[in-house]
Amino acid sequence: MLPSMDVDLSVVWAFVIAFAVFAYVVMDGFDLGVGLLFPGLRPGEERDTAMNSIAPVWDGNETWLILGGGGLFAAFPLAYAIILPALYAPIIAMLLGLIFRGVAFEFRWRDPGHRAAWDVAFTGGSLVAALAQGITLGALLQGITVAGRGYGGGWWDWLTPFSLLTGVSLVVGYALLGATWLVMRTEGTTRIHARRMAFRFGIATIACIGLVSAATPFLNPTYAGRWFAWPSVLMTAQVPLLVVVGSALFFRALARDAERAPFLLALGLFALSYVGLGVSIFPDIVPGRVTIWEAASPPASQIFMLVGASVLIPVILAYTVYAYWVFRGKVGAEGYH
Amino acid sequence: MSLLSDIDAVVLARAQFGFTVAFHIVFPAFSIGLASYLAVLEGLWLATGREVYINLFKYWLKIFAVAFAMGVVSGIVMSYQFGTNWSVYSDRTGPVLGPMMAYEVLSAFFLEAGFLGVMLFGMNKVGRGLHFLATLMVAIGTCFSAFWILSVNSWMQTPAGYATNAQGQFVPADWWAIVFNPSFPYRLVHMVLAAYLTTALVVGAVGAWHLLRERGNTGARTMFSMAMWMLACVAPLQILAGDAHGLNTLEHQPVKVMAMEGHFQSHPDGAPLVLFGLPDEQAATVRYAIEVPKLSSLILKHSLNAPLKGLDTVPRQDWPPVPIVFWSFRVMVAIGFAMLGLGLWSLWARLKGRLFATPWLHRAALAMGPAGFVAVLAGWITTEVGRQPYTVYGLLRTADSVSPLQAPAVAASLVAFVLVYFAVFGMGVLYILRLMAHAPHPGEPGLEPGLPIRAAGVTPAPAVDPDRHLQPAE
Repeated sequence: MLPSMDVDLSVVWAFVIAFAVFAYVVMDGFDLGVGLLFPGLRPGEERDTAMNSIAPVWDGNETWLILGGGGLFAAFPLAYAIILPALYAPIIAMLLGLIFRGVAFEFRWRDPGHRAAWDVAFTGGSLVAALAQGITLGALLQGITVAGRGYGGGWWDWLTPFSLLTGVSLVVGYALLGATWLVMRTEGTTRIHARRMAFRFGIATIACIGLVSAATPFLNPTYAGRWFAWPSVLMTAQVPLLVVVGSALFFRALARDAERAPFLLALGLFALSYVGLGVSIFPDIVPGRVTIWEAASPPASQIFMLVGASVLIPVILAYTVYAYWVFRGKVGAEGYH
Repeated sequence: MSLLSDIDAVVLARAQFGFTVAFHIVFPAFSIGLASYLAVLEGLWLATGREVYINLFKYWLKIFAVAFAMGVVSGIVMSYQFGTNWSVYSDRTGPVLGPMMAYEVLSAFFLEAGFLGVMLFGMNKVGRGLHFLATLMVAIGTCFSAFWILSVNSWMQTPAGYATNAQGQFVPADWWAIVFNPSFPYRLVHMVLAAYLTTALVVGAVGAWHLLRERGNTGARTMFSMAMWMLACVAPLQILAGDAHGLNTLEHQPVKVMAMEGHFQSHPDGAPLVLFGLPDEQAATVRYAIEVPKLSSLILKHSLNAPLKGLDTVPRQDWPPVPIVFWSFRVMVAIGFAMLGLGLWSLWARLKGRLFATPWLHRAALAMGPAGFVAVLAGWITTEVGRQPYTVYGLLRTADSVSPLQAPAVAASLVAFVLVYFAVFGMGVLYILRLMAHAPHPGEPGLEPGLPIRAAGVTPAPAVDPDRHLQPAE
């Protein structure tokens, strides 16, 4: 029997999109986090330095979001068609938040007379976007009402205590990424403030990971099954164990005032949470409702796209790595050169 | 949900989509033309070594950066609006249109990551040849984006190369036929020329503005002259391309042409060209029509007495909104001929050696500055509203494409979009106008190093001072 092509392709595309979303979460995560931390930084040099540390990279970071959305539409159109109307309000809020934060970024420099107002827009936009993304995640996990080939629920279904918990958790997590990023990239008082915030948000992030992890298996028996079934529990149990180890390493690194380790370990915590999410969801794309194979577009579509993606995504990645490498080290308040 | 709120949700979803697309279409239309103009300026500078070209390059580069930025910001919204507002459409067309949109995203991404930063910041950091290559790649990249997105749009107008599966989805049968569907070549040429004309009008208006204040300004003279050449050459081409596009539409979407022409009745022996009038859909007639007998048949069929069918041969539920299509088409055509007129006037003034000494020509060019955007929007309204009541022409109705949304949700988000877009893009446009208000001068500064630019993507190495990245990390 021939291997079924579309099964393989759907898994490939599920991983490509999962990768794009993860790339987005960690990369835009730290620069949204810097936006969230703005009120904790002093106007003037501290804020300018923080801004400069993300200036060269953040627009490229955001483009992964378009890639995730575009990829979902192309490879899993049914999932795109069900998820976006179900999450209508948070997605629109996220888009508007990103617009505000994006232009605040630029207008802050061009319009120094209103810099304080643009700083508020920068933080507000970052907060709305982060909260909306977290709520989106929670609403997906708690289950979406599907009717036929479309969304079958109301327009407030996304709002529950669980989705608010995930919303707040993502805000906290992004703030941690932002704080540890600033520890790595800045000096002086900016760094001292960032380090203090990294401690606080580190504790809060770990608490949030614990709460969300404890609540998730109760949302859906399938999730519990995927986590606790024997013998796969031997594998899945490694995820929370690694989170404990990672957390310990994180606080140790922060305590001995390491430069890069806190950021990398915070990324590690995000990666572990993401893997945990994958354990709960896979192979569904609309959790508990639609699998990746049910949502997949035909092989002719997936192959056509894969040709371009397999050339361009590695090039983009290589370029991104190079750009980050060039910009390593500490930044000042005087522009990024 | 009652039938009434169903209809309301469809209308609101269309209004919201139309609003966000209308904002989005304006910036790329400008940046496609401007990217090519920048490539020409830099090429001329490399070929002739004349200072004025590099000054103009730097002058327009700053404006390009802001315009491109707003195109990117408004584009992020578009990649999600299909799903939020048109989920049934997304499910049905995703296998065909999704991959093409993904190619659009990837090519834009590639361009942003790879070349835009070099073009914006790299002038003094990489060699002249490499910098010119980056500028060319950005110009080509904008055309690539246009290629894919117009192919998607054309497929919605003239679907081809597809099959239908058991779930009711359109699935690809022949990619070549899908991408190069019947209306695509015409639409691509018409749109790219429109982008060039739009940019020429803006460049011409900025040149004219500075000529009116300072006739001897070399930069203003050069940009005005270049823009007028462009207009004189491309406006006639655009009229020919538009005509060919119209004939193609007659072949594949005759109902759209009936609405454009205001032909409610069939004309078995030669249809008149309705110049103006008030189309009345209820009464199925054009009131106070000013007509030229048989001219429409001559234009569309190249024969005075050729029969043309009217909307009376089409069931009412398949009519597009006739007055909108009728009027937007006339606005577009009128501006097209005004462009031609301006181009010819400039040729005549040039022939007389008075190109820089005819203030009325400059005032006309100034007044025409925003006309390209109006024409692009009018043309877009003609073709998109003319496609109604379908999203995929003849196959999928708009009313059957919409997301299962409730009217209040769409209404609330529509209000939010309107407020945010006017505030945010209003600021952006204001900023562009401020840049344009400065006259171009010798020794024009480039983009200030160290100033973050929204459009820069991943800012590349050349944007940084060479000393910077020689320092060890930490």
